Amino acid sequence: MPSMGDRMAITSAPLAPRVSAALAWAAVLAGAVLLIAPFYFTFVFATHTRSEIFNSPPPLWFGAATLGNLDLLLERLPFWRNFAMSLYVACMTTALNLVLCSLAGFAFAIYEFRFKKELFAVLLASMMLPSFLNMIPSFMVMDFLGWIDQPRALYVPAAAGALGIFMMRQYIGSAIPRELIDAARMDGCSEFRIFRSVVLPLLGPALGTLGLITFISSWNNFVSPLVVMRSIEHYTLPLALRSMQSPNNTEWGALMVGNALAMLPLLIVFFFSARRLVAGLTTGAVRG
Amino acid sequence: MSSPPLSRPAGPTKPTRSWKSREVAPYLFIAPFFLLFLVFGVFPLGFSIFLSLHQWDPAAGLSAMRWVGLQNYQYAITDPWFQQSLYNTLWFALVSGLPQHLVALPLAYFINLRLKRTRNLIVGAYFLPYITSSVAIALIFSTLLSTDYGVINALLAELTRIPLLGTLVPVEPVDWLNNANYTKPAVAFVVFWRYLGWNLVLYLSALQVIDKEMYEAATLDGASTWKQFRYITLPLLRPMIFFAVTLTIIGNLQLFEEPFILVDIEKGVAHSVMTTAIFMYRTAFSDGDFGTASAISWLLFFVIALLTWLNSRLFGRDAQHGGPHGNH
Repeated sequence: MPSMGDRMAITSAPLAPRVSAALAWAAVLAGAVLLIAPFYFTFVFATHTRSEIFNSPPPLWFGAATLGNLDLLLERLPFWRNFAMSLYVACMTTALNLVLCSLAGFAFAIYEFRFKKELFAVLLASMMLPSFLNMIPSFMVMDFLGWIDQPRALYVPAAAGALGIFMMRQYIGSAIPRELIDAARMDGCSEFRIFRSVVLPLLGPALGTLGLITFISSWNNFVSPLVVMRSIEHYTLPLALRSMQSPNNTEWGALMVGNALAMLPLLIVFFFSARRLVAGLTTGAVRG
Repeated sequence: MSSPPLSRPAGPTKPTRSWKSREVAPYLFIAPFFLLFLVFGVFPLGFSIFLSLHQWDPAAGLSAMRWVGLQNYQYAITDPWFQQSLYNTLWFALVSGLPQHLVALPLAYFINLRLKRTRNLIVGAYFLPYITSSVAIALIFSTLLSTDYGVINALLAELTRIPLLGTLVPVEPVDWLNNANYTKPAVAFVVFWRYLGWNLVLYLSALQVIDKEMYEAATLDGASTWKQFRYITLPLLRPMIFFAVTLTIIGNLQLFEEPFILVDIEKGVAHSVMTTAIFMYRTAFSDGDFGTASAISWLLFFVIALLTWLNSRLFGRDAQHGGPHGNH
């Protein structure tokens, strides 16, 4: 019997599989370290002056130049204004998406209406469009609207993401009992009232995930502000930090302080919500 | 007419009113998305087709548009810079894209099989680059990759001291971001580094739904871990592999941010990492040639559509027969 023979073999020679398991473990850990290392160095370099960073060998542990770097950063950039701009745009985008996506998701999940199928297909198709196609014409639309250099050019077009609507539809469809909605209707609630007072309070977890995803992608967005923002006071963080990079005398210490400060909010958010975030980001993927 | 007897209220006036609002309400609720999509999605796309058929200097105003037919397309296709950019884009798609999957898949398999308590921590570590801004990543890598003082070259210098392994490592510091031979691999590595975790998470989510009993049965039958991977896991993962590869194709062919920030556009070596998306951006915003830039964006779109279609012809059909789809 082959199964018996194999079992015997495993018990009598346990070394080879153990060694390979240990090797695999080591590789996984080494990979994780490799992926984390750049983050570590961002924070280490933020505490060193430029000349220290370019020592040989480079610094591997924290230094004492953080405050000096911060001063230099604030001298070169309206950093806190940029920070506030990033925060403002990300919060506006997130708030708008929470409202508009849950409303639209509610409509697609609960109601029957004419062209529902077709409209939903359009929504799904809009997710497939590559974003670069839109770069030039959307710049011209912004120009036409007079929105160049305005924060609304960043949060209005992104106010109702198709992915968010899809997520909310899935969640509402599975988590909200129809009886609840029928009961509210019997009590004479208007349709919007049903959404506001009955459905919305039950959407907590889904709203949390959607909020996280929206906030992160807005916070990290580089291309849209690159195309529409003009004055350095209106730059979001990614643009502002990039503008500090120059071919020969970049103040790397100061830049890394800015980089670390720009990364910090997301690192904190990620630390507390990694599992939910990962699950949320893959909803689109696992639906098949 | 057969009507559901219990769900409708009995009162004669109320139902008509609520029926009316029930018919209008869903349209109102979905209106914001479709309005925004019309203004910032559909209209710009249409306009972009229109633009690609015109020659236009934006400084001269909308009236200065001149119909040129397909000349912009012709001009772009015959432009050696465009050809170079397309080559670069395809090179990146392959060299940074393929390893993402070759590493992520076995990694996900191992993590799914062996990791229990440390799982979230490890997956989190791998996933972190994906949620970090491309600018932050590019900035830190441009210090890490710096020639004379960068951590990566310092590490390589340390490796040269190790016997055997040392012979494989270059003795001279590598000029990662200034030598056209190295900029491409350097940028490809950064892209690989950033998206590995994303693919890992995709594969993990697919592995989690595979029935554990299948492995148990296979173990009882004496199938080795490798055989289980080959004959159980891989076929069941096929739909996810197809999906993840499709995402990589679409994403990598649009590559813009990493090379754009890592390699200064003014530098001579910039051409070695100039992707088609960067070339389009430069044509529009540096040269002010919006017509040609629009034509370039549509050419790139056709390349993406073509490769996505090829991918689905080659791998999509099997996916429909083999994977979890069949089990439903």
